[in-house]
Amino acid sequence: MKIRPYFYLLLLLLLAVILSIAIGSVFIPPADLWRVLTGKSPQVVAQAAFIIAALRLPRTALVALTGAALGGSGTAYQGLFRNPLADPYLIGVASGAGLGAVAAMSIQWPYTFWGLMAVPIAAFLGALLTVFIVYALARVGKTLPTTNLILAGVAISAFASALTSFLMLRSTGELRRAIAWLLGGSSQAGWEPVLAILPYVLLGLGTLVLFGHTLNLLQFGDEQAQQMGLNVTRTRTLILLTASLTTAAAVAFSGIIGFIGLIVPHIMRLWQGSDYRRLLPLSILGGASALLLADVLARVILAPQELPVGIITALAGAPFFLWVLRKAKNQGYW
Amino acid sequence: MLNIENLSVSYGSRPVLKNVSLQVNSGEVVALIGPNGAGKSTLIRAASGVVPVKGGRIWADGQELSTLAPMQRARLLSVVPQAASLPPAFSVWETVLMGRTPYLNFLGQTSEADEERVKQALQRVDALALSERRIGELSGGEQQRVLLARALAQSTPILLLDEPTAHLDLQYQVHLLELVQGLARRDNLAVLLAVHDLNLAARYADQVALLVEGEIRAFGNPRQVLTQELISAAYHLPVQVVPHPFADAPLVLPGSSV
Repeated sequence: MKIRPYFYLLLLLLLAVILSIAIGSVFIPPADLWRVLTGKSPQVVAQAAFIIAALRLPRTALVALTGAALGGSGTAYQGLFRNPLADPYLIGVASGAGLGAVAAMSIQWPYTFWGLMAVPIAAFLGALLTVFIVYALARVGKTLPTTNLILAGVAISAFASALTSFLMLRSTGELRRAIAWLLGGSSQAGWEPVLAILPYVLLGLGTLVLFGHTLNLLQFGDEQAQQMGLNVTRTRTLILLTASLTTAAAVAFSGIIGFIGLIVPHIMRLWQGSDYRRLLPLSILGGASALLLADVLARVILAPQELPVGIITALAGAPFFLWVLRKAKNQGYW
Repeated sequence: MLNIENLSVSYGSRPVLKNVSLQVNSGEVVALIGPNGAGKSTLIRAASGVVPVKGGRIWADGQELSTLAPMQRARLLSVVPQAASLPPAFSVWETVLMGRTPYLNFLGQTSEADEERVKQALQRVDALALSERRIGELSGGEQQRVLLARALAQSTPILLLDEPTAHLDLQYQVHLLELVQGLARRDNLAVLLAVHDLNLAARYADQVALLVEGEIRAFGNPRQVLTQELISAAYHLPVQVVPHPFADAPLVLPGSSV
């Protein structure tokens, strides 16, 4: 097993984490960061310590978890549908999860701790509903043509987004925050959202990485996979459930962030090949780093104002999406 | 030994196989011939358990297939599928290693014994030198040999092949069928081979089954099945059957369709 790619990605992740803690409306020099972390001369850096503990660390943790979840579930969807464009955002799962989360929020679930923990469940139900509808609409016999998948995804996504907007307009107060949330603002502060998605992300990603061999087999098509001994229906369902749970957890408190689940698996595939046993953990690490870096950019571009991170990922991701579409069309390299 | 009893398969309301019964003994190659659309591929796919069966039963080494989980089935039957679309990015080695799936745990961890099997399988099809190549870089014929190696790595007593010579040039057609014949003889495999080329069937099969419109029209040794009457009627084309100049087999010569 090759260790080196993991090592590089861990380094990148570490760098991204440091940047994410250091950069913001108040810049914290790495030296102060070091002092805070080691607990030396705390009175000099009391303000920095507060910013780090109350604001930067939880935000960094939330963004990293979200990015990891999107990278991992994006890889799983691509492998499951054998389609290079099956990203949680493009196939509408993210919008469905968003609708579920907003529905839960509009009936004021998050005001108790258990209510907060249940928001990802509502997002999960929304995600499952959309993924089944999109799959049923796009399927032709046993194949899932790219165009159908994207068209069905866009249509259902638009529908879910419209419902989401409707719910948000009806609900009173906090509207601005909800809109920023929907664009992927990560503006939820504090440790509660981190705690609320942590079990789902850990469970989801922990399960997904076990499916590497299975996803490899599925690349040969359902029939050959079954002839090689795979219980195709059962494993497909399991992967779909797990990937949707992971996506839902990401969306529940970070909003709809596009293209991370598309770009990251592709870069990893170009770099390290198509073996899903490697691709899944690499995309998880890569997703966390990529979203952290995008979030840092979102904080500095119009500082002191913050951009929703979804704008950054879309600006970087849409051209990449077109490139993949073109490449998939020309060479069928998938 | 593969034993198919009164197998019926329908696509929607259209019957594709009607009460097909066929036995393939260990150590024997049975060729499945018949015109396009006769149901040859469906028979192979149904025998491997990937097509829902309307009636009848399939026995593999004495076990009824419908009672087995996919993994148990994959230890009894391996398949070389027709013109399969293969994911181009895997290497030849990775692809053949996946044939070991029925013996692996859920994570797909392989042992040295598995790797040894893969090496042997690649050697058998003369493709060990291709190990590191990606599937997408291979010619159609090379891909076909890799698929056969994958089936061999699966180490099953029954081997099903669907048009394995379709993409092969003359040399590899003969090479592959000699290999398949050798597998039946040496490793005592039961081989069911769907094939278009009647003369290859005549030369390499012990028994020939003629499938027309979902029914077995004739079953027997090549001389009994590859006759002027049976073949002309099945393919709607006048043919002549003459003795092969140097092999102990009949030779079918197609006439003109007008």
